[in-house]
Amino acid sequence: MERTEAELITAVLQGDAVSFEPLVQKYSPRVFATARRYARRESEVEDIAQEVWLKAFSKLRSFRGEAPFEHWLMRMTVRTCYDFLRGHQRNRESSFSEISEPEDDWLERFVADPGSAAEDADAARLLVGRVLEKLSPPARLVITLLEIEDRSVKEIAELTGWSVPLVKVRAFRARGEMGKILAKMAKEKYL
Amino acid sequence: MNLAELQKKLIAAARADLPGGQVPYAFEKRVTALLASRVAPDNVALWVQGLWRAAVSCVAITLLLGTWAVLNPVTKGTPADDLSQNLESTLLASVDQNDPAQ
Repeated sequence: MERTEAELITAVLQGDAVSFEPLVQKYSPRVFATARRYARRESEVEDIAQEVWLKAFSKLRSFRGEAPFEHWLMRMTVRTCYDFLRGHQRNRESSFSEISEPEDDWLERFVADPGSAAEDADAARLLVGRVLEKLSPPARLVITLLEIEDRSVKEIAELTGWSVPLVKVRAFRARGEMGKILAKMAKEKYL
Repeated sequence: MNLAELQKKLIAAARADLPGGQVPYAFEKRVTALLASRVAPDNVALWVQGLWRAAVSCVAITLLLGTWAVLNPVTKGTPADDLSQNLESTLLASVDQNDPAQ
């Protein structure tokens, strides 16, 4: 008979580490999908996921069972991703002169006729990834959660541990930061 | 270039690009093995280790003080060497000077 989540958690807390395996198996796809929003290399994604599970195991006693385990785990995942961003800011200073030919073509199409540049094009995805990499860690996190994942300010506050006013302030600054990066890109390309 | 429009387009591109949830083969086994390899700290062993270290330090201090006491014996009977006498005479010096009986 399959054990419930609560039973598995109780067993882990009583010292049965093997009972943790079904939880890892069940929720790892969500952890990996979230980590892939913030890290490009697969090795980095795997490191984040592993870190999340090690943290979850060591802090399992703090899970009170009032909210679903998944919510508690996703909070931990988002915070681990944020720590990862803070520790890996190497790409923020790179120049836009390194953009690939398809990205360049996409931009050219956009300048000629904004409607003709398709949003689902691979070049657009590469370009947005490049822009996101240049954002500061809080700006990238808030843009990802608010604009890309379409979460509410309250949800972001719960996930990140920031207050609601702080999320709003950071969202405002993040939009400004993204605008500046795009302006810099336009200047480098067309001036 | 319309930057606001570009920002909208790029955000829409990011939205359209849903990251996959593929998990590497046997990832859960690796995590469980990693957790099992982390030996839980034995509290009793930690206490015993701490107490042994404290005992060794105490013995070393005792030996040092014992050696010092043997090599530097206190000479008794000289008032000038008696710290308590010196302290008392210093504290009472002003009283001694104002005493009319002297």
